[in-house]
Amino acid sequence: MLTPASLVLVGLFAGGVALAVIQSAGFFAPAGEHAFTLQHYAAMLLNREFQLSLMLTIAVAGIATFLSAAAGVALALSLRRIASRWPILNALVQVPIAVPHLVMAVLLINVLSQSGLVARVGYGAGFIGAPNEFPVLVNDPYAVGIIVAYVLKETPFIAVVALAMLARIGDEYEALAATLGASGWQRLRHVTFPLLAPAVVSASVIVFAFIFGAFEVPFLLGRPYPSMLGVVAQRRFTSIDLAERPDAIALSVLMSVITAALVWAYLKLMRYQIGERPTLF
Amino acid sequence: MTARRIGAIVTATGALLPLVLLTVYSFSRNWFWPRLLPAAWSSRAWVYVASPASEISPAILTSLWIAAVVAAISVAIALPAARVLAWVEFPGKRAFFFLLMLPVIAPPLASTMGVHGMFLRFGLTETVTGVILVHLIPAVPYTILMLTGSFTRFDPDWEAQARTLGAGTLSVWRYVTLPAIAPGLALAGVFAFLISWSQYLFTVLIGGGQVITLPLILVTFQRGSDEAITAALALVYLAPTVLVFVLMAKYMRRHA
Repeated sequence: MLTPASLVLVGLFAGGVALAVIQSAGFFAPAGEHAFTLQHYAAMLLNREFQLSLMLTIAVAGIATFLSAAAGVALALSLRRIASRWPILNALVQVPIAVPHLVMAVLLINVLSQSGLVARVGYGAGFIGAPNEFPVLVNDPYAVGIIVAYVLKETPFIAVVALAMLARIGDEYEALAATLGASGWQRLRHVTFPLLAPAVVSASVIVFAFIFGAFEVPFLLGRPYPSMLGVVAQRRFTSIDLAERPDAIALSVLMSVITAALVWAYLKLMRYQIGERPTLF
Repeated sequence: MTARRIGAIVTATGALLPLVLLTVYSFSRNWFWPRLLPAAWSSRAWVYVASPASEISPAILTSLWIAAVVAAISVAIALPAARVLAWVEFPGKRAFFFLLMLPVIAPPLASTMGVHGMFLRFGLTETVTGVILVHLIPAVPYTILMLTGSFTRFDPDWEAQARTLGAGTLSVWRYVTLPAIAPGLALAGVFAFLISWSQYLFTVLIGGGQVITLPLILVTFQRGSDEAITAALALVYLAPTVLVFVLMAKYMRRHA
């Protein structure tokens, strides 16, 4: 029963990772490598571009995850009662989750660039006099465009998770706290947030892991140097110089290890939840 | 009250504004700085996208074909697996779920680079078959996770009861199991389709630029800075997603 699934999971997925490990450890025949070595890992870890990319990737993933979690919880709290009266909101809130990342990137280039829609509104309102007076928000040094793209994509995801959790918690705890004299803020701070936390934290781990390995958005909205890790791996893999390919594979193996650790942490966190299987998206 | 209204407005804007903006861009002409609206409207982009002579319709057909095959294979593989995972306890089940989660949560970059060399040897790089195989890596686990949910809500005793009443394996499947899991099955298939449909990087890595799908064309036009055609392509790229949401909203209203 599990055999066909295992063919894909073990054969293609795990097998692929195993081949990647072998090829990155000195057995990459196309580049004439036939002996065990960790030089590709050493080369990546000591490489300035890799170090900058790693810091950029962690920073972007961390900031975007934090902002998405905060905005997602706020959105869920404001939607929780109105969504039962307007069920269409439950469908609408999920739309951005399903918008492909490429489309989000294309949209942001049109909206946020120096001659984009936001800049034009700024010109119309008299804030700026020319496109170059508008801050650089796309392909910019602070990765603002990338972070905005992920916050727009992941806030609804966190909101959906939080809404599901809120529905499961129900109103009783908060009502009880209210009868005991808790103010609105106290109910949020001491009742709602602690009950929401496990679901939101585990969803945030997923969001972080996803952004960590991302490609399309930093590919279109990022700068050539330093790029996020996924872009660096792709660039080196597709380089004309075959000798760069084992470096790319070593990098993708390192990224897998970090991701696997995050997923493991996610599953650990999920155990504290009401004993349910993780649901995704 | 106001907080609720803000949430509802943000949600509606987030869902609808992208579609509105892309539609305006796709019909725009000479939309130069600092105009807030296009100076002129034109159907040029859509005529180009629909023209059989352009490179776009073959790319759309390739994307559709790859996604349909990926969806069919994913469902066929996931059905028996999900049944077992939902109903049977076995050693290593946790590990199996861990393995399932990995490619769903993070794009399987290492796997794709790893199998590239093997695909090269079997002549699968730069072929549609190779691209389908690599799309299965994220699609199959996702489909299994979704279908496991469907089977968890289905009581295996229902099958046993039907068998007691004399139903054969096929009848049990046809009249008991299939109707019960049909909505989940359809949804899982649709999501497998969408996962394949939205792949970019792995199509490029395995297809080597020879298998041209819609997202590849989209990136080409984005790089070429033709805003109208890029927006039209983005809308075509979004179409299956929007369709799925409209159908899901209708279904939810009917069964609410």
